[in-house]
Amino acid sequence: MEEQVSSFAVKKGLAEMLKGGVIMDVVTPDQAKIAEDAGAVAVMALERVPADIRADGGIARMSDPELVLKIMESVSIPVMAKCRIGHFVEAQILESLGVDYIDESEVLTPADEAYHINKHDFKVPFVCGCRNLGEALRRIGEGAAMMRTKGEPGTGDVVEAVRHARTVYSEIRRITSLPEEEVMTFAKSIQAPYELCLQVRELGALPVVNFAAGGIATPADAALMMQLGVDGIFVGSGIFKSGDPTKRAQAIVKATTHYNEPKILAEVSRNLGEAMVGRSATVLPDAEKMAVRGW
Amino acid sequence: MKIGVLALQGDFREHRISLEKLGADVTEVRLPGHLEGLQGLIIPGGESTAIGKLLVAFDLIEPLRAFGQTRAIWGTCAGAILLAKEVGRDQPLIGLMDMEVQRNAFGRQIDSFEMDIPVPFLKPAEQPYRLTFIRGPIITRVWGRAEEVLRLPDGRMIAARQGKLFATSFHPELTDDLRFHEYFLELAKSESTG
Repeated sequence: MEEQVSSFAVKKGLAEMLKGGVIMDVVTPDQAKIAEDAGAVAVMALERVPADIRADGGIARMSDPELVLKIMESVSIPVMAKCRIGHFVEAQILESLGVDYIDESEVLTPADEAYHINKHDFKVPFVCGCRNLGEALRRIGEGAAMMRTKGEPGTGDVVEAVRHARTVYSEIRRITSLPEEEVMTFAKSIQAPYELCLQVRELGALPVVNFAAGGIATPADAALMMQLGVDGIFVGSGIFKSGDPTKRAQAIVKATTHYNEPKILAEVSRNLGEAMVGRSATVLPDAEKMAVRGW
Repeated sequence: MKIGVLALQGDFREHRISLEKLGADVTEVRLPGHLEGLQGLIIPGGESTAIGKLLVAFDLIEPLRAFGQTRAIWGTCAGAILLAKEVGRDQPLIGLMDMEVQRNAFGRQIDSFEMDIPVPFLKPAEQPYRLTFIRGPIITRVWGRAEEVLRLPDGRMIAARQGKLFATSFHPELTDDLRFHEYFLELAKSESTG
């Protein structure tokens, strides 16, 4: 009757439970309650949503532990929090608080220009961003138990999330069609661990859950990403930067469940008020792009 | 046999895969009309608050209550919470089983675990079953027609049955071991009513 705590199956297991759901960025306990009441499957506890991080500039770091704890006390659903890429001490602190998932996130200013956190060292599971299959498999190789597209956070422009999801799934389709002797060279070309490439070829899918993130602002955006094949949705600035957060949050939750039912999507999209203002991700200056952070 | 899996949110795909390996004809249930012709239904793991809100939004609570009067329903983790009559907080429930459940009873995600224990009512019973608990609930009390069917070695109740209604606080769908799904299909086939 051996008890195994925090095995990879258990880490990955929580992400399996979040599938088909919406994870919402919140900056106060009140927002966390609104998110839970609207049907969020988890919240991401932050000091500033990505749109404000962009507007404010400067260095974006892990949130104040006091805020994270208050948000954890205010809801019964899982609470996630972000640490900087490579900042394993921020991750140690978040783990000690008891957060349910850590997002090693490009939304914050990277702390290491060459290396990500060795996520196998932790009991708490990690989610990481990816733009393509190689990046996803490097993060999984480091111990990530869940992936998400990077998109371009804080823009309200879904185009980058679409690009990243399409790239990942198209590379997965490619790898499943390869004869085994071509896998090593493919692994080399996408800079991914060979064993994980073999696993993806066998499964026809990533070995962990993959959500969409970065620029999702409407129920139609959420349904678009679900139809492209992601397992669930992160909404960052899109909810609490909009005119009627409660209504929009509920609508995005319903759209994520009924992503294949245009009539329901039309119904939930009615009279939502102003969407977040947004910025075109395509014309962002390179220095302001968050998705390029990560190695 | 036609079995439904409630597919509003959660790990419904894993249940679907397990059932299909056993030859069941599986329907994903997202709207009341999808329940037609089904002999049983699984409510998967997920977030019980999120699934509960969607049950209310798409008018599924009453149809599921009616379904459970005569047909089999199995809830895993969030599904077990939704089947309970009492959870100690205000959230939408189907509330078919005479039991009280405590959510997140083992703690947060860092307290989630797997454990191999023997399950006497499975066939074959000798081989232990790997139980996976992900921020799982425990069953704190059963009364009326519900009966306990499984406890952890430390005494906490983790599965209960009430006629054709079945609740487990763990996730057999996350393993390749199909014995719990076989058990449920037998339950769905049986003549007894809930």
